[in-house]
Amino acid sequence: MERKTLTAAAVLGLLVVGLAMPVEAKTRINLWYGLKGYLGKQVVRVCERFNAAQNEYEIVCTGKGNYDQALQAGIAAYRAKKHPHILQGVETATATLMLSGAIYPAYRLMADAGYDVDWSDYIGSIMSYYASSDGKLYSFPFNSSTPVMYYNIDMYEKAGIEGPAETWEQFEENLRSLKASGTACPIAFSTYLWVHLEQFSYMHGEPISTRNNGFDGLDAELVFNRTSYVKHVERLKRWYDEKLGSYAKELFGVGTRESFATGKCGHYFGSIASHGTVLKSAKMKWNVAPLPHNEGVTPNNTVVGGASFWILQGFDEAEYKGVAAFFDFIRSVESQEFWSTVTGYVPTTRSGYDALVAKGFYKQEQYAGREVAIESLARTPPTPLSRGLRLGYFRQIKKIIGDELEQMLAGKKTAQEALDNAVKRGNEQLRRFEKQYKGQSLP
Amino acid sequence: MIKRVLFRNRLLPYLLILPEVLIVFVFFYWPSAKALFWSFTLEPPFGGVAQWVGLDNFRELFSSPEYYESAGITLIFAFWTTLISMGLALLLAIFVDRVLRGLVVYRTVLMWPYAVAAPAAAVAFQFIFQPGVGFFAFLNDIWPGIWDPNIVGADAMAMVIVAASWKSITYNFIFFLAGLQAIPRTFVEAAALDGAGPTRRFVTIVFPLLSPTFFFLLVINVTDSFTEGFGIINVMTQGGPGGATNILVYKIYQDGFVGLDLSGSSAQSVVLMALVVALTFVQFKWIERRIHYAE
Repeated sequence: MERKTLTAAAVLGLLVVGLAMPVEAKTRINLWYGLKGYLGKQVVRVCERFNAAQNEYEIVCTGKGNYDQALQAGIAAYRAKKHPHILQGVETATATLMLSGAIYPAYRLMADAGYDVDWSDYIGSIMSYYASSDGKLYSFPFNSSTPVMYYNIDMYEKAGIEGPAETWEQFEENLRSLKASGTACPIAFSTYLWVHLEQFSYMHGEPISTRNNGFDGLDAELVFNRTSYVKHVERLKRWYDEKLGSYAKELFGVGTRESFATGKCGHYFGSIASHGTVLKSAKMKWNVAPLPHNEGVTPNNTVVGGASFWILQGFDEAEYKGVAAFFDFIRSVESQEFWSTVTGYVPTTRSGYDALVAKGFYKQEQYAGREVAIESLARTPPTPLSRGLRLGYFRQIKKIIGDELEQMLAGKKTAQEALDNAVKRGNEQLRRFEKQYKGQSLP
Repeated sequence: MIKRVLFRNRLLPYLLILPEVLIVFVFFYWPSAKALFWSFTLEPPFGGVAQWVGLDNFRELFSSPEYYESAGITLIFAFWTTLISMGLALLLAIFVDRVLRGLVVYRTVLMWPYAVAAPAAAVAFQFIFQPGVGFFAFLNDIWPGIWDPNIVGADAMAMVIVAASWKSITYNFIFFLAGLQAIPRTFVEAAALDGAGPTRRFVTIVFPLLSPTFFFLLVINVTDSFTEGFGIINVMTQGGPGGATNILVYKIYQDGFVGLDLSGSSAQSVVLMALVVALTFVQFKWIERRIHYAE
């Protein structure tokens, strides 16, 4: 009797499973991202487009707050074995993620899933940031941008300035002319390290740390207190002291971008990804230009910032096939075009960029200027000092440098003292990271 | 008389206390034990094998000038928030205690801020203290550059102290008011008949009778200001400018969760816990002696 019931139940169960099969056939892929607001919604649209484009897989994209929070959530989930297949990781966490032992390198995923990817289609300076030292991609670049200078043309005309400055020396003169012509706030600025330390050093071919900015080993040491960055920091201090601009921290609601977009301040340095946002609110004539460089220097390329998609370990082959299909989709020309158009992030592949150029995208009035970003990224082929940074605990190091620079602005330290201490404290972080991953080396 | 409940069943009391013990275990003892273990190791963020490093984490902590700075900042923050929130709460409670009409309304209205979540309060205060467009912008109109919590550490500190005090005034107020209302009127009236003025009455009669409440609030406030400043600081300053409001508990969060240095931040948690325990011990040892508990 009992056996009969069991058999009946098993048969019934199989039937139910069989009936459910066609509905449940899609393999589910989870992705966690760290973008909020408008940009977050666009990530979801990319996922929806992937779901609409094929029938085998269903990707579910979930927002986890900002970059830091998404990484925290990913780590907590990984430790609890409840992690997503794909995690968006901010660029400063690259070294941590590469050494985590939790990731499935992008190049291997694609090879295992049987895709023959033309890696040279990725734009060199974007690729190099997320690749191992022998050029193999570890995570898929997704939202990539680079900073540019936003300037207010109306204010320029009033002050009789002809065009955006190419050099920092000229730029400072322009700020003074703007001030003299009655502009209360020639620039909204902060110590923004991504622009003033990182891109500045890349463009000038100067090291941020030894060992080629950390790419060659975990024993790198910070050296930015001995480069022309010191003079540049003194320049920021002058802007603050001479009241050439307003020091605007994101924290206080009105950041540099809002100060510029509302027409209050004449300049700001920020990501090209904000092009669309500024466009929506700006009522004045404005444009973007490449970041200035010091006089007498031929600048190198700038480097990408933003985030990339990391594939996490612990899933079966069938699911990874879906993950690979998703990445194959986002590197397609159509998806590249879509993402760049709706956000302002640069296309990560040459074919994507070429398609946009061919369509006359950068000639359209509302998108004019966005090509400045890709031009500065591609200005020169990346040199060992303009590939990016691969330093452990870099998120903390940035916080340390920011703190020291604020103490300098408050007049508690000179630029040299602040940077010397930042290097000392930063190196302690690097040594801690090295000890943490003892015996391991960056790929 | 003390009421005594006798359990015939030997197992029942343990069963009844079990849920509470489980909760405390899961949310306190287990994480604390884990933090203690991590503080002697280097724990990789994504898990894996942790290296045993002995006292290295503590050695690094105690050789870092920034850590002492952060400890000093925490003491300043704790001192002023406790002083302001308890002082003003006591004053308000004394006023309300003397009110005859509309007492319920005052009591209710003065309790509201306690229901406001710290981050929400912080956003409101951030707007008030904003140097450019906030309520405080008028100061900068009169004396340009006098108020700038973006850069000036002392301004930022004052700002978070005010916000944190505002949050806890109400909690203290409720306790002080309850304490005041428990004091028999006859004592105060007798003193008044003997010719003691309001100040004299407060110092010699009211305050001594209020002292158990005062002591309880002191312990709670000091402990709270060590740990609860987080919500306010995370929204208003994130420890800045230049680390000027980087209190210990915020540093733990910053180093551990944002910076992913789990072991370093565990070592800091252990030290902070020891510090709070020590402070509470000191308060019980030296201040409680002067307290009269009414029978």
